Amino acid sequence: MNNQNSINQFFDRLSRKKGTASLLSSLIAIGIGLVIGLIILLISNPEEAFAGFFTMLSGGLNDGTRSFGNVFYIATPIIMTGLAVGFAFKTGLFNIGASGQFIVGAYVAVLIGVKLPVLGGFQWIIGILAAMLAGAIWGAIPGLLKAFLNVHEVIASIMMNYIGMYLVNYLIKQTVLNVYTNRSLPVASTANIPKMGLTAIFPGSSINGGLLVAILFVILMYIILEKTTFGYELKACGYNRYAAKYAGINEARSIILSMAISGMLAGVGGALFYLSGAGVYIEVVDVLASQGFTGISVSLLGMSNPIGILFSGIFIAWLQIGGFYMQRYSFVPEFIQIITAIIIYCSAASLLIRNYLELKKINRDEKRSLDLIDDTAEIVNGKNEGGEN
Amino acid sequence: MDYIIEMLNIRKEFPGIVANDDITLQIRKTEIHALLGENGAGKSTLMSVLFGLYKPEKGIIKLRGKQVNITDPKTASHLGIGMVHQHFKLVDDFTVLENIILGAETVKNGFLKMDEAKKKVVELSNRYKLYIDPDAKVSSITVGMQQRVEILKMLYRDNEILIFDEPTAVLTPQEIDELMNIMKELSKEGKSLVFITHKLEEIKKVADRVTVLRRGKGIGTYNVKDVTKEFLSEMMVGRKVQFTVDKKNIPPKEIIFEVKNLSMKTKGTTRNAINNISFNVRKNEIVCIAGIDGNGQSELVYALTGLKHIDGGQILVNGEDWTKKSIRYRNSHGMSHIPEDRHKYGLVLEYSMAYNLILQSYFTERFQKNGFLKKKSIFSYADNLIKKFDIRSGQGSQTVTRSMSGGNQQKVILAREIDKNPSIMIAVQPARGLDVGATEFIHKQLVAQRDAGKAVLLISLELEEVMNLSDRILVIYEGELVGELNPKKVTIQEVGLYMAGAKRDEVKA
Repeated sequence: MNNQNSINQFFDRLSRKKGTASLLSSLIAIGIGLVIGLIILLISNPEEAFAGFFTMLSGGLNDGTRSFGNVFYIATPIIMTGLAVGFAFKTGLFNIGASGQFIVGAYVAVLIGVKLPVLGGFQWIIGILAAMLAGAIWGAIPGLLKAFLNVHEVIASIMMNYIGMYLVNYLIKQTVLNVYTNRSLPVASTANIPKMGLTAIFPGSSINGGLLVAILFVILMYIILEKTTFGYELKACGYNRYAAKYAGINEARSIILSMAISGMLAGVGGALFYLSGAGVYIEVVDVLASQGFTGISVSLLGMSNPIGILFSGIFIAWLQIGGFYMQRYSFVPEFIQIITAIIIYCSAASLLIRNYLELKKINRDEKRSLDLIDDTAEIVNGKNEGGEN
Repeated sequence: MDYIIEMLNIRKEFPGIVANDDITLQIRKTEIHALLGENGAGKSTLMSVLFGLYKPEKGIIKLRGKQVNITDPKTASHLGIGMVHQHFKLVDDFTVLENIILGAETVKNGFLKMDEAKKKVVELSNRYKLYIDPDAKVSSITVGMQQRVEILKMLYRDNEILIFDEPTAVLTPQEIDELMNIMKELSKEGKSLVFITHKLEEIKKVADRVTVLRRGKGIGTYNVKDVTKEFLSEMMVGRKVQFTVDKKNIPPKEIIFEVKNLSMKTKGTTRNAINNISFNVRKNEIVCIAGIDGNGQSELVYALTGLKHIDGGQILVNGEDWTKKSIRYRNSHGMSHIPEDRHKYGLVLEYSMAYNLILQSYFTERFQKNGFLKKKSIFSYADNLIKKFDIRSGQGSQTVTRSMSGGNQQKVILAREIDKNPSIMIAVQPARGLDVGATEFIHKQLVAQRDAGKAVLLISLELEEVMNLSDRILVIYEGELVGELNPKKVTIQEVGLYMAGAKRDEVKA
């Protein structure tokens, strides 16, 4: 009993500051996920479990600068899809269609990368810009449906995932198919995003300037959400659409713009991944792009906060790289994916933990506001004015 | 005299505040015991202690003279203590019957035995005159009905001690009367009732004894018969309270706000929610629209403020046709609106107080430049209003609005709407759910607006408020105005007749 009290007090103190509740819940969730992952490893392969677990946790440290740099390479697209999901979340929309927006953006970027070497040094930039546009259109469609026909964005964006995937498969076959490998043709060298000196820091890895582009978008989204009237409107719609309407904010416009921006971010993710110069090609297979769904986890773990998303994206990439190196032991790759998935999904559950922590915080705040209801309350409590609240 | 439950010398502390300081509450068998106190006096903390949600630092709880240890709500329920919460805890998509038995189902071999449950519920509802339709869906019945379902939930579990947490806050005047009768019936049938409230009128009507709390301390327990309303309010607030607001005798001047032949259809029916309503509000005048809830008041407000489209008629402000103007135009060209539901429409609860204060003006030059919020300007503006309207909160303008008390949240809205310097102020149930002190403040501010030359349109369900504040009363009944009355010449009873539709005159603007 006593013990529990002191634990409660510990959490109380930690969660008092704004923001610590978010961080704390993410860390708790990660911890839970890691423990479950370890247990599964122990059950399946007790002898190598700890070594494998350690390898996974070591992530980017497994192979020096090569693996460390690859963490950022893997993180880049999922930071973008995480931003996409998180941005829509802030407006009260659940964009589950990042996958479709990602692949549509990727296709447009690859198309330009293959067909327009005439653009020279601007080719990769034009590729990214075109991907932005394509993703924005793909995101705006569910937004329009929601704003004008009240179709739920989850339904619409799931549909758009499949439409995007099949459309891209079809278009690749029509335009940029490598018939021997059944995937997209390699893009021109000028279409690859420049390394921007990053390979010098992480030699041997596939890291590239896409990381810096992603960070640029992180900063941009942070500024939009926190500093601008546009962000103020979007968040007002997300928190309370009725109050937003009351305030004269055009809700339909906010929904459409928010979904378009969200789609744009996912589209950029597609461009950054397939223009990375790491030898990846769009496969003509009937599988939705996994980055779109990982983006949901990234966003949840990052509490929809752009800065949080940057770090959670890197964290999840770290685990994925760690999982890759687990193949050194007798773990099959599919199994490694299961373990990382468990950790990622437990991390996503951090939202639940945060709600719990915030509920406690609200209760406490209500109690605390009592002593401010009247000045005399302080006299009753034998406190002087100007004391801390 | 036998006490059924006693809470003796309860002390409960939270960091920085003593929420309950040596409070004693003794409930006699079969009495209706009112627990009176302003918001934040410690009423809910005390009840949470009784329900085992909080463990008190000091004090004991006795049930029928024997000390009991209530560690969680389950134990409380087991001991026969039940509560009707202010915000009902019902499943909308379940029927009345399903809601009542939820959590206390009679099961045989894993199958629900609904017939038996239904028999018991019908029997209870007849015995206590709590008439309900057990097969109706909760989402389709009125708020008053839902409350009966909550009461039946307690009775179904054979609870002996029934706690009502501000039960009248959500009810219409008629429903309040019905509830009062139900409560009396329950006590006659042997139940003991705790009635948490800050409405003195209701205590006088129904309670036997009353315990007053103020700022965490027990002020005293009195026989309701022996004390006056004025005495109780003084005990509760700690100072004398004015029930009537002083109004200067200013004759109303030119027409500011005019509504002509306004009509609104109700979706899916042929009846009009608003049917051909015409009226005006003049400078220096408070016009009050009185009526029983659900007679078209909400629709009327939506129409006037632009939240919903109208199907016919005209709205004029200072002679300008506003019928087709956007919400933002109305907001920023002289219309203030204190909405009925402050949590739904009035505030973004997750935003800081400062952000809520600029909810309708964030886009003005004063608060933004090239699309970027001017935080310094926003927060100094907020600090200014906080001082001017005496808004109390934990962290000043940075306080998350959700964590503020209801009275202070309403002050945020009031500050925002008054500071706009409107020509027409539309206030809908502005004192709903507020305690005596906060109500007094809000009423004074509305009268001050009138005195300062604004036109004020007040929509209220509370007759006392109507009689107190208005210069002219319009009664709304089934979407039509059925009477224009002078509060100085008419009695509450007469207004009531109009509200109930028993009397009507022709009303012309």
